[in-house]
Amino acid sequence: MLATDPLLLYQFGNIPTPPQAWIVRWLWLIPALPILSAGIISLLKQRFRRLSSSLAIGSLSGSLLLSIVALSHVIYTRNLLLQFGFNSGFHDIVNFTWFQFGNSAVDLGWILDPLSAIMAVMVCFVGLLIFIYSTGYMEHDENFTRFFCFLSLFAGAMLGVVIANSILLLFMCWELVGLTSYLLIGFWYQKPSAAAAAKKAFITTRVGDIFFLLGIVWLFAQTGTLLFYNHGSGSMEGLALSGLLAQHAALGLTASGAIGLLIFAGAAGKSGQLPLHVWLPDAMEGPTPVSALIHAATMVAAGVYLIARVYPLMSAGMPLTATGEAAGTTTALIVVTWIGAATAVFAALIAVAQNDIKRILAYSTISQLGYMMAGLGLGGVAVGMFHLITHAFFKALLFLGAGSVIHGCHEEQDIRRMGGLKTQMRATFLTYAVGMLALCGFPLVFSGFWSKDAILEAAHKSAFIKGPYYLLIFGAVLTAFYMTRQVSYVFFGQARGDGHAHESPRVMTAPLAILAFFAVALGAIGTPAWPWFRAFLEGHAASFDMHALFEADFAKLLATSTVIVFLGLGLGWLLYGNKSPKAEEPDALEKAAPALWAALRDRLYVDELYGVTVIAFYYWWARVADWLDRRVWGGIVVAVAWVFKMFAQFNRLLDMHGVDGTFDKACEELSTGGGIVSRVQNGRAQTYLRILAFAVIALAAILIWSVRP
Amino acid sequence: MSSPLTGYLVVAALLFSIGLAGALVRRNAIMVLIGIELMLNAANLNFIAFWRYSPHPEALTGMMFAIFSIAVAAAEAAVGLGLVIAIHRHTGTTDLDKMNRMKG
Repeated sequence: MLATDPLLLYQFGNIPTPPQAWIVRWLWLIPALPILSAGIISLLKQRFRRLSSSLAIGSLSGSLLLSIVALSHVIYTRNLLLQFGFNSGFHDIVNFTWFQFGNSAVDLGWILDPLSAIMAVMVCFVGLLIFIYSTGYMEHDENFTRFFCFLSLFAGAMLGVVIANSILLLFMCWELVGLTSYLLIGFWYQKPSAAAAAKKAFITTRVGDIFFLLGIVWLFAQTGTLLFYNHGSGSMEGLALSGLLAQHAALGLTASGAIGLLIFAGAAGKSGQLPLHVWLPDAMEGPTPVSALIHAATMVAAGVYLIARVYPLMSAGMPLTATGEAAGTTTALIVVTWIGAATAVFAALIAVAQNDIKRILAYSTISQLGYMMAGLGLGGVAVGMFHLITHAFFKALLFLGAGSVIHGCHEEQDIRRMGGLKTQMRATFLTYAVGMLALCGFPLVFSGFWSKDAILEAAHKSAFIKGPYYLLIFGAVLTAFYMTRQVSYVFFGQARGDGHAHESPRVMTAPLAILAFFAVALGAIGTPAWPWFRAFLEGHAASFDMHALFEADFAKLLATSTVIVFLGLGLGWLLYGNKSPKAEEPDALEKAAPALWAALRDRLYVDELYGVTVIAFYYWWARVADWLDRRVWGGIVVAVAWVFKMFAQFNRLLDMHGVDGTFDKACEELSTGGGIVSRVQNGRAQTYLRILAFAVIALAAILIWSVRP
Repeated sequence: MSSPLTGYLVVAALLFSIGLAGALVRRNAIMVLIGIELMLNAANLNFIAFWRYSPHPEALTGMMFAIFSIAVAAAEAAVGLGLVIAIHRHTGTTDLDKMNRMKG
């Protein structure tokens, strides 16, 4: 994708500067506001609950306004460029040097392009709704202030990832995001499971981040710049990319492919792709708004966003046809696609056999992230990003709905102990159903259908990688199936829980309604009839063409995905619909295939596999290190200590006989002398007077003697 | 005798010596005080004598010194007697040899 730099065009004078151009200079305020409010909240005392939540919500609203201005600027600029006949991507950038060492500079900067603008608006908007929801959900928590401090810090860091134009700045914010994820998963650190989950999330993502960091260092070493775009000399621009392509790394990879794969390892860690997905289900130990914001809508999507951001690097060397269509693919993108597709099916399989309402959604998130990765690999930035945006809305909706259910059922999370909630929690049920249908990809009405369809279409059309298409289709069936299972367990049948469920307060249901609206409405910008989203990201004009809906290819695809969805929904309803089984009763699927069920229920033994390989290895290594410490290093330390001890003994002798002896003698002399002198001071006034008289006489004598000639 | 001044000075020196001897040898605190008063008066006598035979006897300097000195001596005697009474109340004696607590 050839990107245009609007600054150059303004300079040539043939394009007027857009009215909101100031936003480019002030873009840094978008992440700075929430970070600032996090700083202020961290100084507040525990009892300033209202103030802290208002600060967090207020600052994020400010960021939302700014990012809407930024988006409007981008749309305006795009229309201008189209008018003047520039039919390609563009970006506004502001770069500055952080510090200089030797001949290289460490540059930071921010970027405003369609990708970052739309992502910033999404993060601010979903974030704001979840902040508002949290004021209801966390109402009774004594650490309310701390919660909002962390949430605000997270929002700021995430927005930093979004607008970063420097891979170093992106990495810093990336790590900050990981930190807040750790803090928020372990928010209820009194629970040992939450503390363990926090550590697991932090360490697992760290594995990916090591590779990411290696990729950054390699990229910096090869291109000499940390910036993505810098008027032609950034690392994502033609010159650097062709340099990277010419370099050959090991295993037949070019340097660009190898760096791309290293960066993808970081993205896989954050986005829970195979084999680093194990932390995400455990991360559900955190409060539900955190699961919705961080572990469904935004942070886990950061990995997908990162791949979209470095897409020029991932796709460097991709052969193109004369019209600019992809005529081939690259190794890096093949890996991304396969891992994404495998993750999509793998996680969907496990989601079928989970009983915790949030865990099902967590595996569903992993599966959907796999879809996004596959979409990026197969269809480019627009396909993956569209699913990211729609997914952020409907998955946040599902998580918040799940939170509302958990809240209403007195902290019950096992779907077998719910049931019949469709009458008791009407608002939650309706919005949850919208989210569920969007996730399943129910045809034509819901946004999830259009975004998932775009991925399937890209997979179908791809002439180079065939397998993922079938994997993704299978994943889609499973998605519809497990969501039907969950919804029928939770909302249909008879109530099986103890105690009466109640609907959640308005402050929690209102965000659900808003998210549900968007879960439907967002589909409108990505239909084949009016592919505005794709055109927007790729910088060309979007045309309204109703005929695209009736093309043979599309009709075939539509038929396929409709069949898929109804197959999943039908199977699910057949097995679980209105059955209301007892909690102790085996699952309907368990009766059919007990061995398969057990494997799925135990998450396909990935955790156990890590237990006997990685963790066992670490235990063994720790034991070796322990032995080394005790025997080898310990021995050296003991020897050194012995030498010093001997030296100290010698010193002691010297002290006792040399220094102390002299000192003691001197003291003795002093005290004897003092005894003699003290006899004069016997306390009698007359003695003193006598001495005084003698002294006066002596003085007088001396005086007389000296005056006499 | 070359000048009457010498006579006065000799008398004053004698008076001072008597006072000093009294202050040094008497055991009774009252007597020691009296000795000290004698020494002070010897000094007063010197003031007056030196003034009277000075080049400017019309300026009343020596007289003024003597008067101040007497006033101070009176105050000192009052303080001294007060101390003696306080010590007597405290220890029941005025014998100076028994009072040896002025050690450091």
